[in-house]
Amino acid sequence: MSPWHRLHMPLSAIAVALLLLLPVAAAAQTAPPSEPMSFDSELQEQRYQKLIRELRCTVCQNQNLIESNAPLANDLRRQIALMINDGADTDEVIDYMVARYGDFVLFRPPMKGITYLLWFGPVAMLLIGLAALGTILWRRRTQVGSDPLSTDEAERLRRILGDGGHDKK
Amino acid sequence: MKLRFLIPLLAFIALVGLLFVGLSLDPREIPSPLVGKEAPEFDLPELRNGEVRFARDDMLGRPALLNVWASWCVTCRQEHPMLAELRRAGVPIYGLNYKDTRSDALRFLARFGDPYDAIGFDESGLVGIDYGVYATPETFLIDGTGRIRFKHIGMITPEVIETEILPLYRQLEAET
Repeated sequence: MSPWHRLHMPLSAIAVALLLLLPVAAAAQTAPPSEPMSFDSELQEQRYQKLIRELRCTVCQNQNLIESNAPLANDLRRQIALMINDGADTDEVIDYMVARYGDFVLFRPPMKGITYLLWFGPVAMLLIGLAALGTILWRRRTQVGSDPLSTDEAERLRRILGDGGHDKK
Repeated sequence: MKLRFLIPLLAFIALVGLLFVGLSLDPREIPSPLVGKEAPEFDLPELRNGEVRFARDDMLGRPALLNVWASWCVTCRQEHPMLAELRRAGVPIYGLNYKDTRSDALRFLARFGDPYDAIGFDESGLVGIDYGVYATPETFLIDGTGRIRFKHIGMITPEVIETEILPLYRQLEAET
């Protein structure tokens, strides 16, 4: 018997998992102040709204451009609106930002050499965890497999259960 | 038995190692994609004399520093004596006055000294965006051909001057 076999899900683990979800809930709540921008078309407006949610403010680092009140975020929003009104598409705006501030401004980092760990690390950890769990369960099953009862044991069992397995009055 | 008990310990040590490395990283320092590239073009009014223009090409010919600063930036105030120091060492220093007002900026120079060869007055901050500026002070070392060779974010310290700026400046100077 190893200590691994006594693993079960304690309440504290569930609590920790719930705590980890808190920032997600908090982020979803922020209602950003943002000056209205006018666009020629609905499409441009949508493009703008999508971009300012995907680009990260470099001053207040864990906010995107729509959430941030920093003067720079303000300037960048205005700059993006200008570019879109001039006919720039999403990729052009993203290239413009990356050329100046680097991949850092992207909340969805590009897939390349140094970001493989970032993209695939969590999945790899999950697979390792599942593999470990699988191994433990499989081993336990082979260990608790039942041997047939000896004649003495069978006799004792019958006595305990009472003949025919009925409850004794 | 034996090895299996070592696994959590090793995992723990690895985690501590990662966290320790994480502590020494400064998340505010964003590596600039501009290092190694041409310094972006600009053509701005000169801060001290609005009649004159100051353009990127005015910096070419020999290596020079481009220091992004503003009068509202407290760190710039602390950094200011370091610029005078560099100027004394013979390094040409250009300024980019970022999102400031002319009167405040001039008052700043009158009070703390003026080490700049020329200063571009970037009132709107658009040139700042082209240079990827997000936290003043920022300082670029630009070689004689207009290529950005080094960027420092935050205050220039004597250590940064000794270990990074001056050695690289001397090397670039020898190249030209």
